[in-house]
Amino acid sequence: MKKYYLPLGLIGLLVVLTGASWLGFFSDYIQTVIMLVGINIIVTASLNLVNGYMGEFSVGHAGFMAVGAYISTIFTTRVIPHFVLGTPLIPTGLYAPDVTAWAENPAAHLVFPVVLLIGGLGAAIAGLVVAIPSFKIRGDYLAIITLAVNYIVKSSFENTQALGGSRGITGIPKLSTVPWVFFWAVVSLWAMRNFILSNYGRGVVAIREDEIAAGLMSVNTRRTKILGFCISSFFAGIGGGLLAHLLLYINPSTFSILKSVEALAMVYLGGMSSISGSILGAIAYTGLAEALRPLRLWKWVVIPLILIFLMLFRREGIMGGREFKFLLPKEEVKGYAAASD
Amino acid sequence: MTYILQQLVNAIQLGSIYALIALGYSMVYGVLFMVNFAHGDIFMVGAFIAFFAATLLKLPFVPTMLLSMAGTALLGVTIERVAYRPLRNAPKLSVVITAMGVGLFLEYIILAALGPWRRSMPPLLPTQVYEVQGVRISAVQLIIIGVSLGLMIILDFIVGRTEEGMAMRAIAYDRFAVPLMGVPVNRIITLTFAIGSALAAAGGTLFSVAYPIIEPMMGMMIGWKTFIAAVLGGIGSIRGAVAGAFLLGLVEIGTGAVFPSRLRDLISFAVVWIILMVRPTGLFGVARRQKV
Repeated sequence: MKKYYLPLGLIGLLVVLTGASWLGFFSDYIQTVIMLVGINIIVTASLNLVNGYMGEFSVGHAGFMAVGAYISTIFTTRVIPHFVLGTPLIPTGLYAPDVTAWAENPAAHLVFPVVLLIGGLGAAIAGLVVAIPSFKIRGDYLAIITLAVNYIVKSSFENTQALGGSRGITGIPKLSTVPWVFFWAVVSLWAMRNFILSNYGRGVVAIREDEIAAGLMSVNTRRTKILGFCISSFFAGIGGGLLAHLLLYINPSTFSILKSVEALAMVYLGGMSSISGSILGAIAYTGLAEALRPLRLWKWVVIPLILIFLMLFRREGIMGGREFKFLLPKEEVKGYAAASD
Repeated sequence: MTYILQQLVNAIQLGSIYALIALGYSMVYGVLFMVNFAHGDIFMVGAFIAFFAATLLKLPFVPTMLLSMAGTALLGVTIERVAYRPLRNAPKLSVVITAMGVGLFLEYIILAALGPWRRSMPPLLPTQVYEVQGVRISAVQLIIIGVSLGLMIILDFIVGRTEEGMAMRAIAYDRFAVPLMGVPVNRIITLTFAIGSALAAAGGTLFSVAYPIIEPMMGMMIGWKTFIAAVLGGIGSIRGAVAGAFLLGLVEIGTGAVFPSRLRDLISFAVVWIILMVRPTGLFGVARRQKV
């Protein structure tokens, strides 16, 4: 019976969240916050893969979100409407035509995951731009590379007039819904947890501890790094795509370095090398950010302060290196507490 | 030819401001092995102190710059004491996160307290323009280049010829043996932060005089760029930081002259990416061998 607890719990949560949204118990605002939490969970866990498990310091995660967001948005506002409604692929003039009509068809919600996957794959390919330098470069220098990639991505979109330049893309159909975001969050966490527990995942952790020793222990460090970075950016791309179809408007500044810092804050709030921590960190941070919204600009004075105090007084974050039992394989539950530090 | 020389003058002007800021990154990295991500915002605070000294106190150029340098030196030392020192033995990542937090905090507290408006700096320096062989050099440019070079020579003297400078180099060389030799590590680190922040403030004052618009977010981009300059030169190396800064200035002005200026950031970041791919430790950095 015990092994059904997790799926039953998830289905229960899904039914409660979706039901309450459809029946109108949750206002649009609450629904948006719930979806933001879901997206942030995906983004945080994917960044944790690199910053926590692989022990690198990526400060440009928003760049991969941007790739995913832009690619999926191109499909939902340009490519699909082009074939369904006959609108031009590259709209001319200041105001793009309203292309959201096709999304009213219920089938659009079934096309959405495919579009997200394409965006995620695009982001995964962009992840190579960081993965290949990581063969030679580690630590602070790799951090610069990730930072540079964030700026290169942002700047490229700013300079591509066909994608709206710095004005960005408007009129994105609202395809992110509570059930879809929930689905993607669960699938992403499940996939990343299994990756971390797989042979490759153990290799990722080994590289963090000591790259040379890992190589001696027959970890294929190159392949492992490529996989790690690509999977991380893949899910960042999925998160970005979901975010774009929630905000309904994206421009390059949406994915500035501030977005990356936000992701970092969630990772360190929740704790490094912990999927459970990523979940809690994303929930706590998103909740906090929404609670501080009335402070307007001062919110951004308070959030860095929280981050500083967190580092001064509880460096390991909420969960640092620990996991909820239900995320661990049965064989490891007992030994885990003793083995983790 | 004249055009190239003209651009070269502009590149040297930009490069010398970058160099002042990049030095702070490199010095702090040298003694603490941490990237002080708040450094760009210290530069911004320096520019703001200079602005208020020039507008409210109506000070001339030299006192303005000195006041701004003193103010940020105090700020830098305070940040080190409050935020970085308790984390001295913590994992490096925690310190980096803290530094990013401090940077954001400075940015937004200035933004929230003073508003997002762009302020224009009053002209503090003579606006004369000289023309040599068709190349136009303004007095402002000459003063900026002169002041930066002067400060760099002073810094080179401090690091190379004084006891404190020797201690700085020693800490950079071996962090664990140096305290055993009776070097007051905390005092040297405080001094490093004071000097680095004062240089950033000098850069901030010169920047706000040269490109007379200041705003609370100016530190972010300049901070990243000078950081990149420091990395290009090989972070931790003082002369490397200067070389990297001039190189970055050259790349930026060069791309600005050939390509549309919108592409400037894109190209300078792409150049960084390429240089790090070819020489992972920067131009003058020494690779640390990883031991098993």
